[in-house]
Order: sequence, then structure tokens, then C-alpha cells
Amino acid sequence: MLAYVLRRLAYGVVVVFGVLGLLFVLFFAVTDPDDIARQSLGERVPPDVIEAWKADHGYDRPLWPWQDWDDNQLFAHYSAMLRFDFGRRDSDDTKISDRLLDGMGPSLSLTVPLFVLGLVIGIPLALVVAFFRETYIDRLGVLLCVLAMSVSILLYIVGAQYLIAKLLRWFPISGFDPDPSVIVRFLALPILVGVVAGFGGEVRFYRTIFVEEGSRDYVRTARAKGAGEPRIMRAHVLRNAWIPILTQVVLSIPFLFTGSLLLESFFGIPGLGSLTVDAIRGNDFSTLRTMVYIGALLFVLGQILTDLCYALVDPRVRLE
Amino acid sequence: MPDWWFSNAVVVGLLASCGALAVYVRRNRLWSEAAAGLWRRRPLAILVVVFYASVALADSIFWIGGVDAGDDVVKQHEALSLVDRAFLGTSEASYSAPFADVEFYGGAPLQQQGLHPFGTDILGRDVLYLVLKGARVALLIGGVTSAIAIPLALLFGVAAGYFGGRIDDGVFFLISTLSAIPGLLLLIALIMVLGQSTLSVCLALAVTSWVGFCRVARGETLKLRELEFVQAARALGVSEPQIILRHILPNLAHLIVITYVLLFSGLVLSEAVLSWLGIGIQGSWGQMIVQASDEISREPVVWWNIGAAGAALFGLILAVNFVGDAVRDVLDPRTLREEA
Repeated sequence: MLAYVLRRLAYGVVVVFGVLGLLFVLFFAVTDPDDIARQSLGERVPPDVIEAWKADHGYDRPLWPWQDWDDNQLFAHYSAMLRFDFGRRDSDDTKISDRLLDGMGPSLSLTVPLFVLGLVIGIPLALVVAFFRETYIDRLGVLLCVLAMSVSILLYIVGAQYLIAKLLRWFPISGFDPDPSVIVRFLALPILVGVVAGFGGEVRFYRTIFVEEGSRDYVRTARAKGAGEPRIMRAHVLRNAWIPILTQVVLSIPFLFTGSLLLESFFGIPGLGSLTVDAIRGNDFSTLRTMVYIGALLFVLGQILTDLCYALVDPRVRLE
Repeated sequence: MPDWWFSNAVVVGLLASCGALAVYVRRNRLWSEAAAGLWRRRPLAILVVVFYASVALADSIFWIGGVDAGDDVVKQHEALSLVDRAFLGTSEASYSAPFADVEFYGGAPLQQQGLHPFGTDILGRDVLYLVLKGARVALLIGGVTSAIAIPLALLFGVAAGYFGGRIDDGVFFLISTLSAIPGLLLLIALIMVLGQSTLSVCLALAVTSWVGFCRVARGETLKLRELEFVQAARALGVSEPQIILRHILPNLAHLIVITYVLLFSGLVLSEAVLSWLGIGIQGSWGQMIVQASDEISREPVVWWNIGAAGAALFGLILAVNFVGDAVRDVLDPRTLREEA
């Protein structure tokens, strides 16, 4: 067990090194640092100001170790990222780590309720649809899921802001206030949109798992021995279906931290999603590569966690 | 060689390959039965997809001249597509509501009274025209991206599965590295670095979407290479490229078709999100929706712009999703067995 965890961790480190290498190629080797400087300083600046900015942000050093072993950007990039020293933003020189810590709270206050509601609504609905499989209820359920999946999330957001916030005036169109007494008013609409936009895909995914599990031989045996349909669903199908569901769920937990790009930006929630969108809009490369790195780190972590949970839940899986 | 000439050559090539494909499907029992099954399941969705495809095709056939563009010198010397020609001279000065006789703001009489079924946008362009032009962009996104992503996935996946060893380790490392990066962020990073053009957006979409199919192709090849008919071919002394071409790839064909259709709707929807970030493709429905989303805060509200673009996008995605499910039902041996 310990040997497995160690090997899994080691491979995770290898993957993170690979991601950092890719980021280096994209953001240092391919991108011209003069462009980054101009994005930050403006188009019309004298060359010596650009040189000074580049020296200040470390973009003037040689790229590769074979050019200068002691002082090159490749090693500096790796060591800074691995020490979680993300430096300053290219755009306004504030510290990226401060912005990350500030943004995590608002992001989590949006993504955690969204995630929990998605599970609480999605799984029972999928169970109902799968219980009535190959009837009109099932057909209707699948049809609704496909319809909901075919609408662009942009339309959901714009439609909800127009209909619920502007016409009906139930909630503010956008904004955020961490004060617990009013936070719900600001979060209700993005959460509603997120649940509606996600439920089609989720319900269909869970339904597929339930239906697949329900067509196994042991379920047929249970039915043959005279077990009732509700009991089969509860005691046989659901218990075994937990395994793939758990995989999916554990894998998505790390991404709660990185927030939601679209929902945060449209509804003015100052989380990590908004931070990323601002970085994209402002060509802020240092923030963007930090977000990519953190996302990859969380994904690798989530995968390791998933494998471990798998072994804990499913007695057939042995970690060796 | 001018641009429009190239586009026409592509159209001819596409039509020829569609014809060749139709003949092949007709001759091959497996594929013709699958096609018949597909048609039986979802005739309406297939017709809708064919409609979108023919609009896109009509918008890809260009030539210069032969139009009554009046004194518009640019129009006289510009290559115009069939769709452009059909909507020549339908521009107004400003917004007009669907089927209106007068301008939306101000009430000046329109040049084309009651002839704009979806109204016009802020510059007075006919919305129906813009929506029809969007079909070509959407199909371009799905088509070009898949044309890059699927061969890439096949190359790496089949090589990894068939040869194993070091190659497999390398490909597996590449896959796990790429899939560790959140898709949308990698996409944005790639476009920011590659610059912003139709091809670079498609390239970036391809880089982020080939990984899933590569994994499937690798697993399937791994399974196929141990089967009796491949071993028999090897025992007979068939060369390895021959084995891959004649015995492995044909057995991956159904997966290619399934992946292609399922990939398509995701790609078009991702482009809408990219448009909102300001890095989409010029003239796509996503861009129309993003531009029009400001217009619904006008008073009185301008709703037809976003409505038309959204409906066009929704229609295509819905039809492709239905076709995709049917394709999987028809071609995936696992679901076939469940039915039997």
C-alpha cells in the first residue's frame, strides 16, 4: 500500500515537471518578452524602459541552462514554481500569491454549493430516470438532458441575468459581498445558472452508470430470485454504482478551488476565475501560467486521491 | 493563387470525397447497414445536419463578378459566395425588428420593408444573413479541428498500443501531462501564444481535444494486437506497417466515427466560450451571442440578434448530439450486444 502511494506520488511529480516544461516552452521560449513588457507598459515606450522592465521581472536572462548554468530562466522558473513563489503580476505588479489567497474564498463560496447541489439533485434524478428505464419517463428524461446540454452556457447566463435579475428583479444582476447576511442574494443566481447548465450532462452521466450497472448478470439473478425493483435499485445497483460516481466526484473536488471562469466573471464574483479571466483579457502571462500550474497540480492530486478512494471503497481493487 | 480559388478547390475536394464515401458505404455491407440504422433512428436530426452542411457549402463557393453591386467598387471586385449573392443589398442603416417596415429606433422607413425575418443588427446587416454565414464557421471549427486531432490521436495511440515499450511510456507521459492541464486554460494559453486566427484556434482546440481519443485508440490497439487474426498475419510474415494499415486501423474505424461526432458539439460550444474571452473566430455564432448580449440591456430590448444566433447554435448542437447518440448506438458493439 505504502509502496503504491509512493510510486503514484513519484509519477505525479514527473507529470508536474512535464507540465512546467510545457509552460516554459509556451510562455518563455515562444513568447517574446518585449511583447509582455509592452502589454504592461503600453505600446509607445522607449526601448530602455522596456529593458529595465525586463530586467526587473527577470525576462532578460538567458533561457536555457547550456547558455548559462548558474543564471537561466528555465531553472528559475522550475525553482520558483516548486517553491510556490509565483512572483508579481505582469500587469500591475501586485503579488500573485496574495491575489490567490484573496480569490479562494469567493471562489469556494460559489463552487462548493454548486457542487453539492449538483450531486444532491443530479443523483436522485438519475436514479429515478434509470428506475423507469425504457419507458416514456426515461425517454423524456434523456430528451430533457440532451436539450439542456445543447444550450451554450453563455445563453443560460445572459438569459438568467435578463429574465430573473432585470425583468423580475429577484436578485442583483451581478456583484459580491462576503457579509454572510447578504452573500446569498449575490450567489443565488450564479448557483442557479450553474446547476441548470450542468444538470443535463450530470444526470445523463449518472443514468448511464445506473443503467449499465442494472444490466449486469447479478442484477438479473436478483430479479430472478424475486427481489422487488426498489430493493434491487437500492441494495444492488446503487451500491455498486457508487464506485464510478465516487471516482468522478473525488476527481472534481480539487477544481472547486480554481473557481468558475464564466460564472465568476459574468456575475462579478472576485474569485480565482475572475482573476484568470482578467489575466487573459490583459495578456497577463505570469498570472495565467500560475493558474495553469495550480490547476495541473490540483488535477494530479485529485487523481492520486481518486485511486486511493477506489481502493478503499472497492474490495476487489488491490493496490500493488 | 487567390483565397477564393482555394476555397472552391476545397469544396470540390469535399464533394468528391463525400461521393467516394457514399459509394464505399453503399458497397460495404457493415457500413451500409449502419447507415440505414442511423437513418431509421434519427431521420430528422440527420436532415437538420445536412441542411446546416449545405448552407455552409453554399457559403464556401466563391467567385468574382456577375453581381449588380451598383457603384460599390469593393463589392464588384470582391469574391462573393452564393450566400453573399443571395443577400446582396439587404443592408439597412440601423436596427430593424423582424418583419418591420420602419427602423427600430427613430422609425425611418426601411429600404426592404418586411423582408428581414430575423431583423437587422446595429450596423443594419440582415441577421438571417449573418446566421447563415455562421454555419460555415461552425463546421470549419468542428471539421478542421477534428481533421488535425483525430490523425494525431491515431498516430500516437496506435504506435503506443502496437509497439509498446519505450514508445508507450513516452506517449503515456505526454497524455498524462496534457490531460493534467485544465482544458480551457491550456486552450487559452495556446491561442495567446500562437496568435489569433481561424487556423490557430483550430490547432489549439485540436491539441486540447486529441488526448481522450488517443487513450481510447491506444487501449483498443493493445487489445487488437493480441487477437488471433493479427497473430496469424504476423505468422504469415506480413510487415508491420501492413498489419497496422489492413488489420488494426479498419477495426478502429467505428471508434473514429463515434469520436468525430461526439467531439464536434463540444468543439463548437468551446468556441462560443472562447469568443466571449475575445479569442474566438470571426463571424461565429459565439461572437454574435457575445456582441448581442450587450444589446438586451437596451431599452426597448433588441432580442432578435441573440435569439437568432442562439437558436442556430442550439439547433446544430442538438441535431449533432442526437446523431451522435444514434451513431454510438449503431456502431458500438457493446450497445449492440445489449439489444440482441
